[in-house]
Amino acid sequence: MAELGAGSLSLGDPVFNYQEHELNERLKRLYPAVNEEETPLPRSWSPKDKYSYIGLSQSNLRVHYKGWDKHSYGYHGDDGHSFCSSGTGQPYGPTFTTGDVIGCCVNLINNTCFYTKNGISLGVAFTDLPPNLYPTVGLQTPGEIVDANFGQQPFVFDIEDYMSEWRAKIHGMIARFPIGERLGDWQAVLQNMVSSYLVHHGYYATATAFARATETMIQEDQTSIKNRQRIQKLVLEGRVGEAIEATQQLYPGLLEHNPNLLFMLKCRQFVEMVNGTDSEVRCLTIRSPKSQGSYPGSPNLSPHQGAGNSHIHTGGVDSPTCSNGVTPSKKSKSHSSVVSSNMKYPSTSSSASSSTSSSPSSINYSESNSSDSTKSQPHSNNSNQETSDSEMEIEAEHYTNGVVEGSSTRIMNGTYKHEEILQPDDNSIGNGVTGEEGYRNGRQLCGGNQAATERMIQFGRELQALNEKLCREYGKNTTHKKMLQDAFSLLAYSDPWNCPVGQQLDPTQRESLCSALNSAILESQNLPKQPPLVLALGQATECVQLMARVRSGSCSFARVDNFLL
Amino acid sequence: MQLFVTIDLCFVVFDMKNAVIGNNKQKANLIVLGAVPRLLYLLQQTSSSLELRTECAVVLGSLAMGTENNIKSLVDCHIIPALLQGLLCPDLIFIEACLRCLRTVFISPVTPVQLLYTDPTVIPHLMSLLSHSHRTQEYTTQIFSHCCKTPEHQTVLFNHGAIQNIAPLLISPSYKVRMQALKCFSVLAYENTQVSLTLVNVLVDGELLSQVFVRMMQRDQPIEMQLTSAKCLTYMCRAGAIRTDDGCIVLKTLPCLVRMCSKEHLLEERVEGAETLAFLMEPDVELQRIASTTDHLVAMLADYFKYPSSVSAIADIKRLDHDLKHAHELRQAAFKLYASLGSNDEDIRKKITETENMMDRIVSGLSESSIKVRLAAVRCLHSLSRSVQQLRTSFHDHAVWKPLMKLLQNAPDEVLVMASSTLCNLLLEFSPSKEPILESGVVELLCSLTQSESPALRVNGIWALMNMAFQADQKVRVEIVQCLGTEQLFRLLSDPDGNVLMKTLGLLRNLLSTRPHMDQIMSSHGKQIMQAVTLILEAEHSAEIKEQALCILANIADGNTAKELIMTNDDMLQKIKYYMGHSNVKLQLAATFCITNLIWNEDDGSQERQDKLKELGFVDMLHKLSQACDANLSDSAKTAMQQYLA
Repeated sequence: MAELGAGSLSLGDPVFNYQEHELNERLKRLYPAVNEEETPLPRSWSPKDKYSYIGLSQSNLRVHYKGWDKHSYGYHGDDGHSFCSSGTGQPYGPTFTTGDVIGCCVNLINNTCFYTKNGISLGVAFTDLPPNLYPTVGLQTPGEIVDANFGQQPFVFDIEDYMSEWRAKIHGMIARFPIGERLGDWQAVLQNMVSSYLVHHGYYATATAFARATETMIQEDQTSIKNRQRIQKLVLEGRVGEAIEATQQLYPGLLEHNPNLLFMLKCRQFVEMVNGTDSEVRCLTIRSPKSQGSYPGSPNLSPHQGAGNSHIHTGGVDSPTCSNGVTPSKKSKSHSSVVSSNMKYPSTSSSASSSTSSSPSSINYSESNSSDSTKSQPHSNNSNQETSDSEMEIEAEHYTNGVVEGSSTRIMNGTYKHEEILQPDDNSIGNGVTGEEGYRNGRQLCGGNQAATERMIQFGRELQALNEKLCREYGKNTTHKKMLQDAFSLLAYSDPWNCPVGQQLDPTQRESLCSALNSAILESQNLPKQPPLVLALGQATECVQLMARVRSGSCSFARVDNFLL
Repeated sequence: MQLFVTIDLCFVVFDMKNAVIGNNKQKANLIVLGAVPRLLYLLQQTSSSLELRTECAVVLGSLAMGTENNIKSLVDCHIIPALLQGLLCPDLIFIEACLRCLRTVFISPVTPVQLLYTDPTVIPHLMSLLSHSHRTQEYTTQIFSHCCKTPEHQTVLFNHGAIQNIAPLLISPSYKVRMQALKCFSVLAYENTQVSLTLVNVLVDGELLSQVFVRMMQRDQPIEMQLTSAKCLTYMCRAGAIRTDDGCIVLKTLPCLVRMCSKEHLLEERVEGAETLAFLMEPDVELQRIASTTDHLVAMLADYFKYPSSVSAIADIKRLDHDLKHAHELRQAAFKLYASLGSNDEDIRKKITETENMMDRIVSGLSESSIKVRLAAVRCLHSLSRSVQQLRTSFHDHAVWKPLMKLLQNAPDEVLVMASSTLCNLLLEFSPSKEPILESGVVELLCSLTQSESPALRVNGIWALMNMAFQADQKVRVEIVQCLGTEQLFRLLSDPDGNVLMKTLGLLRNLLSTRPHMDQIMSSHGKQIMQAVTLILEAEHSAEIKEQALCILANIADGNTAKELIMTNDDMLQKIKYYMGHSNVKLQLAATFCITNLIWNEDDGSQERQDKLKELGFVDMLHKLSQACDANLSDSAKTAMQQYLA
C-alpha cells in the first residue's frame, strides 16, 4: 500500500515551508470554492482500503468492488469497463495496467465525471452524479502500489486548461445574462449605487462630478457630507480627541446615545496618545507636527476590506467593516493599475518638479498640476492643488510638508497610496517626511514629552472611570475590558511599537473605528449606515457562498472578486 | 475653380458612399452606370485631394462587399493594379482604405489569386506595410492567407520574409490581427517542409512559436483560434518539424482537435476539426490509438451522420437549409476520420465497425451523389478492408461489394484508385465476398484497369487479378488469361512501374500453380513466358522481383511437360545455377526449389534430368548449400540431394 508524501499538514501552522505553500496554492487553484476549514482537502490517500479500479463512492465506508455497490462508480483496469452502481459494466475506455496514470475528474457544475489515461481524456463516464463522492481505489493483489495525486504534483492531464474552459463558460453566461427591457432601470440603479457610495465615504468632489456627468442628484446635503468627511479624516490621522470634539459639536447627542462607540473612540484616543498623534498630546510634544499623519501605506479614507471577506453588516459598531471592493495593498503594484490611471495625485508644489519619475499616473500628472479646477473648493487652503475633471476622478492627498495643519477642512478623497507612488513625493520633501525613517526609529512614548506623558496617564484614569461607569449602567462588557487591557498594556513595554500588543498602534487600526463612527453619524441622520454598493457586494458574496454550501458547482468560477478590477 | 470642383466631387462621392452601404441593388446600379472606372480614375489622380481619393477607395470597397458579380466587374475594370498602385502613397489612411478594398476583392472566390503575384514588387511592399498599423496588419495578412494556394505561392511569401514579418503579429494586442496572422501560418505551413522547419525555430518575444500556438489553443480561447492553432501544429507535425510523440501534439493538438468534433461546436468547426485530425494521425498508429480512446471519438463521429435531423426540419426552415448544406461535408469528414483511425490497428477497426449502423452508412455513402462523400466512404471502406476479420464478417454481411462494383463503373480516377484497392482486399482467398464478385463479371473491368495511364490503377487492376487467380479454379484462370490477353500480360511484364511488374509476376505465379493447368498454359505460351522470365532475370531489378521470376520458374519446373522448357534451355539452367550462388538467401532458396522440382524422382524421366544436372555441376552446388547457415536453405538443399539418393 502506498505511503503518500505530503501527508502531514496541520492547518493554521504558520510555518509552512515553500513546498507546502506551493501545494496549498495549487490546491486552492484546483478546488476554488472549497473552504478548507469546513471541508479539508485530502493530501493523501487512505492507506486502509484494498482491492484494480479507480472509483467514486458516496460514503467514506470501505467498499468492496468499485462501481458495484449503490452510489459507487468505477473504471476497471482489467476490461476498461465503467461500472455505475451495478455489477454489469459498460464498455468505456481502454484497459490500464502498471505504469499508467489514471485520472478522475468530477465536474460539479454539470455533475459528470470523466477519467483520463496518461493525460488523455477518455470522455464522460457518468452523468447525474449524486453529491458527496469520495475518491476510492482498489487493488487486486497484495503488494501492488498506487501513487495518489490530489494535486500535490502537477497532473499529467491539463486540468487547469479544462477549468479555464469552464470558467470562460460561466463568465460568458454571467456576461450574457439577459436583462431584457430593463436596461435603463439597471443603469439608474448602478449610478445610484456609485453615487451613494461616494457620498457615504465623503468623496464629495468625486460625487458631485459623478452627479454632474450622470445628471443625477445627491441625496445628502453638502455640509453634512463635508462634516462627516472632516471627522473621518481626524480619526484617520489619529487625532481622535479632535474627532470626538467635532462629533459632539456637530452631532450633539450622538455619542451620548452610543456609549460603546464613545468608549471605543476614547480607547483609541489613548492609543493615539501613546503614539504621540493625538492632538492633546501632540501640542505638548517637541516634535514638529509636520510629519504627523504621513504613514506610508496608511490608506486614507478608503476602507480596507476587499469584497472577498466582506460580510453582510448586521452588527452595529462592533462590525464596522465596509467594503469598497478594492483591496489597497502596499505590495501590489500591478493590481491597481486601473485605478491609478484614473487617479490624479496632486502634490504640493514643492514636490511637483521631482515627481515626474516613474509614477504610473504620469500621463495625468501634468494635468493635475495645472490648476484646471472648475469647481471651487471653499475650504481648501491650497485650492490650486485641487483638481477636478469632468470624468470620474479620485483625488489623493499626501500629508506632507505641513499640509496637515491647513488641510483639516479640506475635502479629502481616499485613494491607495502604494509605495510606488509615494516614493517620489517622500523623497522630494526634504524637511517633512524624510522623516519616515527617522520617525520610526526615534519614536518614543507620547513623542518623548514628559508633560504629554502625564496628560496621557491622566487620560488613562478618565478612561478607566468611564469604563467603570459604563459597567454600572450597562453591566459588564468583556469587549471593553479587553480593549482597555490591551491599550494599557502598551505602557508596560519600553518600545510599545515592537511589543505583542503593538499592533494597536498601526494606523490601519483606525479604519474600522472610522467607518463605525461614519455609520453612526449616517444612522443618526436617518441615512443608511452602509452604502448600497457594499450591501450588494456583501449580498453577492454571501450568495455565492450559499451556492457553494448547497453545492452548486458553477459558483466556483463566479467569484465576486473576478468582477472587481 | 479647381478647388470648387474637388469639393463638389467629395460631396458626390460621399453621397455615393451613403447610398450604397448595405444596399446591393444600389451597388449594382452604380456599377451598371459606369461608376467604377470613374472612381478608379479619381483614385489614381495624384492631383486630387487625399480625402477624395480615400473616399473613392471606401466606395469601391463598399461595392466589393456586394455580390460576386460586383467583384467580377471591379476586377474587369482593373481595380487590383490601381489599388496596389495606391499602396505606394505615403498617407496611411489612404493606404488602409486601399488595402481594405483589396482585401475584400481578394477574399472573394471569383478573384484570380495570381493577380497578387503578377507584379514582383507587390509582395515586398505588402510586407513592409505590416509595420504600419493594426489595420494594415489585419488586411495584409488576410490577403496573404487567401492568396496562398499553391506551393509556389508559399515559396514566394516565404522568400519575402513572411515568417519573420508575421510572427510578431501573433502577440498583437488586436485579436483580429492575431487571428489573421495565425491563419497565415496555417496556409504557409500546409504540406510545406521548408516553412515548417523554419517555424519550429522561430521565437516570438523569447517564446518558441510552437509554445505560442499551444497558448493560443487554450480552452478559454475562441474556438476559431484554437482550431487554427491546432492546424498550424498539425501541419508542422506532418511536415516532420515536430515529432508525433511530442507533448504539444499528443497532449494538446490531438485533444483539441477531438474536442472540435464534439456536438457543442458549429458544423463548420466540426468538419474542419475532423479533417485536420484525420490528416494529423494518418501516418502514425500511436496517434490513432490515442485518438480512438479520447473522449469517445469513435462514437462521437456517429453523430455526423444525423444531419439534417428530424429536429432541424421541425425547428425552422433556415436551420434545415443550414444542416442540409453541411450534411455532405459532415459525412465525408467523418468517413475520412474513420479511415485514418482504422488504417493500422485491428482493434480500432473493430470498434469502428461496431459503431451504430456503421456498415450501412458506408454502403449508402458509396452511392451518394456527392463525389467527396463517395471518395471518403470508399477510403473508409478501404481502411477497414485491411482487417481479415472484417472481411470475413461485416463486409460479407453487408454485401459491400455490390455498391463497390457499382462505384467502379465510370468513376473518376481518385475514386477508382481507392475502390479498386479495396476490391483487391475483397478478392483475397479468405474473403467470402470473392465468390459473388467473381460471378459479377469483374474480370473485364480489372483487365481494363491494367491498361490505364495511372500506375496506381494498373497496380490495383493487376493486383486484384493476382488475388483472384490465387488457388482459383480452372475456369477463372482461363477467363483471366483470355480476357487479359498474353500481349497485355507481356506488356505489363515490361511496365516501368516496379509494383506493376511485381504483381504481374505474382499473377503469373498464381496462374501457373497447378500442374495440368500450368502445362496447358505453357504449351500455348511457353516460349513467351520463358522469354519474359529470362528478360527479368537479366535486367536490373530488385531482389523481390527476381525472386518472383524464380518462383515462376519453380512452378514451371513442376509441370509434366513444361519442365522440358527449362531442361532444354542451357542458358536458363546457368541462370538458375547463378542464383543458387547468389548472396541473397531468398533468391538462392527460390533457385533451389527450381532444381528440386526438376530432379523430383517420382516424375517421369527424372533420372535423365538428374544426370544432366549432375553433369552441369548442380550436385556440387547443392552440397555446398546443404552447409549453408540459413536453416531453410540447407534443408531444401538436403531435400534436393535426397532425390539423387533414392
